[in-house]
Amino acid sequence: MNLLEENKKAILLGNEAIARGAIEAGLDFATTYPGTPASEIADTLSIIAREMKRAGKEPPFYFEYSVNEKVALEMAAAAAISGLRALTSMKHVGMNVASDALMTYAYVGCKGGHVIVTGDDPSCHSSQNEQDNRQYAKFASLPMLEPSSPAEAKEMIMEAFELSEKLSLPVILRETTRVAHTRGVVELGKIDWSHRKGNFERGDYVTVPDVARKLHPILLEKMERAKEMAEKSRFNFIEGEGSAGIITSGVAYNYVKEAIDDLNGKAKILKLGFTNPLPEKMIADFLKKVEKVLIVEELEPYLEEQIKKIAYENNIDVKIYGKGYGKFSRIYEYTPAIVYPTIAEFLGIEYEIEEAKIKVTPRPPILCPGCPHRATYYAVKQVAPPDTIYPTDIGCYTLGLLPPYKTADFLLCMGSSVGSGGGFAMATKKKVISFIGDSTFFHAGLPALINALHHNHNFTIAILDNSTTAMTGHQPHPGNNIDGMGNEATPIDIASLVKGMGVKHVEVVNPYNLKATKEAFKRALEYDGLSVVVAKAPCILLDLKRRKKRITFEVVQEKCTGCNECINNFACPAFYREGDKIKINDALCTGCGFCVQVCPEGAIRRRMEVGK
Amino acid sequence: MKASILFAGVGGQGVITAASIMASAALKDGYNVVMSELHGMAQRGGDVKCAVRIGDVLSPIIPPGTAKAIVALEPLEALRNIEAVSKNGLVITDINPIYPPLTSIGIGRYPSLDEIFGEIEKHCKLVKIDANEIARKAGSILTKNVVMLGALHSLKVLPIKRGSIIEAIKELLHKHAEINIKAFELGEKAIP
Ligand SMILES: Cc1ncc(C[n+]2csc(CCOP(=O)(O)OP(=O)(O)O)c2C)c(N)n1
Ligand code: SF4
Ligand code: SF4
Repeated sequence: MNLLEENKKAILLGNEAIARGAIEAGLDFATTYPGTPASEIADTLSIIAREMKRAGKEPPFYFEYSVNEKVALEMAAAAAISGLRALTSMKHVGMNVASDALMTYAYVGCKGGHVIVTGDDPSCHSSQNEQDNRQYAKFASLPMLEPSSPAEAKEMIMEAFELSEKLSLPVILRETTRVAHTRGVVELGKIDWSHRKGNFERGDYVTVPDVARKLHPILLEKMERAKEMAEKSRFNFIEGEGSAGIITSGVAYNYVKEAIDDLNGKAKILKLGFTNPLPEKMIADFLKKVEKVLIVEELEPYLEEQIKKIAYENNIDVKIYGKGYGKFSRIYEYTPAIVYPTIAEFLGIEYEIEEAKIKVTPRPPILCPGCPHRATYYAVKQVAPPDTIYPTDIGCYTLGLLPPYKTADFLLCMGSSVGSGGGFAMATKKKVISFIGDSTFFHAGLPALINALHHNHNFTIAILDNSTTAMTGHQPHPGNNIDGMGNEATPIDIASLVKGMGVKHVEVVNPYNLKATKEAFKRALEYDGLSVVVAKAPCILLDLKRRKKRITFEVVQEKCTGCNECINNFACPAFYREGDKIKINDALCTGCGFCVQVCPEGAIRRRMEVGK
Repeated sequence: MKASILFAGVGGQGVITAASIMASAALKDGYNVVMSELHGMAQRGGDVKCAVRIGDVLSPIIPPGTAKAIVALEPLEALRNIEAVSKNGLVITDINPIYPPLTSIGIGRYPSLDEIFGEIEKHCKLVKIDANEIARKAGSILTKNVVMLGALHSLKVLPIKRGSIIEAIKELLHKHAEINIKAFELGEKAIP
């Protein structure tokens, strides 16, 4: 297995490098809830565990896809308190979910090394916001490392375990999309195959007020020691010469280095990788040696504000530029197109780039051909009154936002469809259908459903059960009978769960059955009170993997009247127009067969000869 | 030495696989490699791009106007990324449009191929091939991405050895190596 080779160079994704570094460092316990751009860290561990098991070997670590980030953090905290090396990975907004545990975990600390990876997403490539999680390191008072490349990410995670053990504090490793999803050359070292068992000894771990008051100053003392470590860390270094100074961190470092190289510029660079707490002395020394400083960091002025404070406290009179200078702002990721001209301006070098002029029709992501979510939306749109409000949630089905469906009116975060659904129903007295995926339902929908049930909110929750966490890469969830290590798991049946909670009106339908689905939603909408419809059919991509034969459908031209129902209102992307004919693209069709029910002329049938 | 290539196309076309093959071949030839991709929301039929950079490079994003080539598996995607390529570079694109689904209900417009190619030619050299047809000849439309690699190789844009690319195809596509090597060869021949 490629991922387990030793003593060679390989091209690894940043996330694979983190997983690899963790197992070289003797990882014992890993937990996650999937989320782009962090998913592949855990997915790599899952692949390793499953492949080892298949080969009859016991993986040297425990791994699970937890139900949400908070539970993932709590699981791993318990392991780390028991002396094991633990890893918890999540996307940036996952930290919001885990933060309740995190803030007090910092007080309590750990014994075994615990690294918490946050995958931030400047530019919201796959996210609902672009929050800068470096703030969490400061907020919780936890040490933080920030890699610039896959190779550095691997070194940093290994070092992070050491740091965590030296300080008895969990350490945050903050990556961004452009590190997580960059491939680079990484040295594969030796894997630590040893198996360890945790050992729990009682201590000051029950954070009643008396204990918490005792622990807070201890945390601050630990962070003073962490600052000393940051001063000496190999991840904070100075390179280059010049009277102009640049301070940078994360992926932006790469843009800075290449810009100076390509522009033939001269600057002294302070590259920061250990970014909480900051090495104050090192920064103050640097500020004294240069005439002016440019801070190159994505998103919030996290370094800038602290560096300005350091300059003030050390009476250093140096001009510090950052956000607002050149093309630098607090929004979106930095790119060479932003960094090159800004550095050129800072160093007084001529640099011209052509502004991007060409605007090409966008190609937004869409639901796959044959997606069960589209079938559900098609049925709902036919029975729900036009002024129905559709709170939605996070997953593939959020793409219902696009026309022709527009079955997405409101979204904040995972689980918000159910919480806000009750709110819209109470506030407007309109019909409300909340859409939530199965993985999201387990993650954050359950408490909201209890709230709606208890308070007799009058609306419909549509649980889109495609038996997977599709959007983030098809990870398993508590509804599945196999877990992330390939072990047998106890599947939780959503309909029984909801009925068991006391919801009176619960129906399960197969969304590929149009008539049954329409009727189920009609009944749910008529019901006075909280109703739940579980639309249950596996993600078509999973289904395709299981199928032995390729099936596709075609339009019988003699029967097609050109009514356009399939294109205008159903909009499976396999349909296209060629001249005045409507056709199905054989390469795209996944053979779900749903369109047969959509076509009023009965013009769609299974294709006998399937192309290559 | 720095050399960058941008691979572009539509989710599901094998853009990332094509780029991975080049990256891994470059490593075999002893080059430093940086490659960037985007996952998640970017995958469901949306536009996909993936940069492969070799030599003294660090940035995962290609500095504007410096790519030696754009390899596009779909013509509109070549145009979308045109700012990446250098004036002395080239665009090599397949000629079979995939219409963004919303254009069929009147949202946005897919320009004519002549318009697309005209725009590209204003910028740099353009090489067109019918990679769908070549891929079918090789045995499967799914080899289209490797057809493009064959064409790229015979245009001598990167100093990467043919043998290394073939080896990378074998390693990355193991079960399907044979038909992909055939696709690579047919792609090479498509360039006169
Ligand atoms: C707190 C938080 N964690 C993780 C994510 C990443 N994320 C986006 S969609 C999704 C899950 C989707 O699964 P499901 O609800 O089953 O819908 P599907 O994609 O399968 O349709 C996740 C985990 C997120 N946005 N927020
Ligand atoms: S991956 Fe599955 S759930 Fe997501 S859009 Fe495609 S078919 Fe639908
Ligand atoms: S069978 Fe019909 S609805 Fe299903 S993927 Fe094919 S064209 Fe689309």
